[in-house]
Amino acid sequence: MSHIRIHMDKIADTAAAKALCPFGAIEEEPGGGLAIGAGCRMCRACVRGGGGAFEFVDDSAPGVDKSAWRGIAVVAELSPEGKVHPVALELLGKARELAAAIGHPVLAVAMGAHTAEAARTLLGYGADEVHVYEDPALEFFRIEPYANALEDFIRSVRPSSVLVGGTANGRSLAPRVAARFRTGLTADCTVLGMSPSTDLDQIRPAYGGNIMAHINTPRHRPQFATVRYKVFSIPFKSATRGKIVRHELPPEKLASRIEILECRPKAAEKGIEEAEVLVVCGRGVRNPGDIALLESLAAQLGGRVAATRAVVEAGWIDSKFQIGLSGRTVKPKLMITCGVSGAIQFVAGMGGSETIVAINTDPKAPIFKVAHVGLVGDLYTIVPELVAKIKAKKEAAK
Amino acid sequence: MRILVCIKQVPGTTQVEIDEKTGTLRRDGVAAKMNPFDLYALETAMRVKAAAGPDSEVTVLTMGPPQCEQVVREAFMMGADKGAILSDRAFGGADVLATSYTLSQGARKTGPYDLVVCGKQTTDGDTAQVGAELAEWLGIPHVTNVKSVDDVAADHIDLTVDLPDCEVAQRIPFPFLMTVEKGIFEPRLPSYKLRCATEGREILWLALADMPDKDPRHYGLNGSPTQVKRIFPPELRVERIALGGDDKKKAAALADLLEERKFLR
Repeated sequence: MSHIRIHMDKIADTAAAKALCPFGAIEEEPGGGLAIGAGCRMCRACVRGGGGAFEFVDDSAPGVDKSAWRGIAVVAELSPEGKVHPVALELLGKARELAAAIGHPVLAVAMGAHTAEAARTLLGYGADEVHVYEDPALEFFRIEPYANALEDFIRSVRPSSVLVGGTANGRSLAPRVAARFRTGLTADCTVLGMSPSTDLDQIRPAYGGNIMAHINTPRHRPQFATVRYKVFSIPFKSATRGKIVRHELPPEKLASRIEILECRPKAAEKGIEEAEVLVVCGRGVRNPGDIALLESLAAQLGGRVAATRAVVEAGWIDSKFQIGLSGRTVKPKLMITCGVSGAIQFVAGMGGSETIVAINTDPKAPIFKVAHVGLVGDLYTIVPELVAKIKAKKEAAK
Repeated sequence: MRILVCIKQVPGTTQVEIDEKTGTLRRDGVAAKMNPFDLYALETAMRVKAAAGPDSEVTVLTMGPPQCEQVVREAFMMGADKGAILSDRAFGGADVLATSYTLSQGARKTGPYDLVVCGKQTTDGDTAQVGAELAEWLGIPHVTNVKSVDDVAADHIDLTVDLPDCEVAQRIPFPFLMTVEKGIFEPRLPSYKLRCATEGREILWLALADMPDKDPRHYGLNGSPTQVKRIFPPELRVERIALGGDDKKKAAALADLLEERKFLR
């Protein structure tokens, strides 16, 4: 049983030792001495900072035979008509890198009522095998048949890693099946790497703060990770070299207690994920009326206005325009942030943007650490002047 | 009808910093609060309860250190009928799998339930995955991203799921689990009257020894397949251009740069 052992003889200052824990989980025992309480998150801050007073004891049972699990699998999400969600193509590009590092195949899974076109697309983006579950019962996403199909794929193919797009349906399917296999799932990874042991190196923002966590699933297979849309890039198409493998499920595995009454398509409004240019409104914007200033800049650049969590929570802008961990992940060619401080929650949703320009009066704002171009100054002076200059340049080019 | 709502106490701030010298976390002592997304789950449960009739009740379940009693009391002030807390040192260090398993054991102990309602995600973990795993452990279907409850019948609920390009109306028989979107209903404020009325209400405290499964290997760190190998501050970008001069000069320099990089078309 892994745990943290406390060596009281190495603790001179009890209060200082207690303060090592960011979660307040080091507790004083009634009879004196310290103990690790229920608030412990095993971040091991006490082990690193305690000068030997806190020891991490890892005597957990040995894990699975990793050599019995081969392949990096990507679960492709298909629309009812059979179109592949582009996050699957991004994941295939990453899966090729990960698989190459350990000599594993790249696998794709397609589940739906119409899979032929999707299977060809997935082969074209580098899948060595596309595993297909096609049945009318899989037209709409319903958890029971989808989870059963993915379970069947994992039992028959035994992939080492399973990558799932962090879409609404992916974030419903991945945890369900991960729990079924009693295995680990790391949500919303922003970086993925592969170690020689076939352990997937998963990096994501953690503890809701300005911290990144490197997470492994060292003793279980398969290893589940979800990645949001637009975190990775779509790879170049490659020569098709793979094959299609068809699977069938018995009728009871395709049954669902959920009845789809109606599917109402939303008006074809393009989300901020699709915009090539985004102008972002942060807390440095003083009044909701001033958003018009940013709208005029966005209009000049053919872009859209998006916002930070604070601005959305203030009710100035609808949440569908929110960038960040609890909003959308975006990857525009150009992003201009206006009065955005750049909390990690925000940065996690836009760090992949190609060119990031930051305008903020505070030279110490964290946004300047991620921005490619930094302007320390007042957006109320800079933005109108910028709009005027851009207009003048466009006039001159005519 | 018996309804379960899973809630969590989260830090009052998301501002956690890392001390680059010692590599330890720094968290200011800001008061903890109920995860804001759980308020919507609780409100949804209260609405379903009202629609389902007088013999219905809402139980809240949370896991955490003893001080999380505060969020159960808060749930009572919003109208929850019963509360249970899963608290044991053996539960510490739990990842998504161990957390959802522990909650499922708590639900089995206090249940069965016709409906389980969870918030969309927590503000400190942000994974949005515990609900679906809990449903798997309980062996019941689940739906996520529920934006409205359209009808509550004796044996099923009609609801609408919000997906990026469509809204899907669905009918689901009990028992099932749903995770609800922020804004599904406006959460009610805690009531002073209920505060007074529920002050002495007993809360069920459950430790490992109270669980149907008492094997410590299934809980906390030991029941967690994922391990945090290390934590570190976000990497900094190296290539940066800072534009100088007064604000107008900066604006002009930026316009030049945008033109040079072919953003003006």
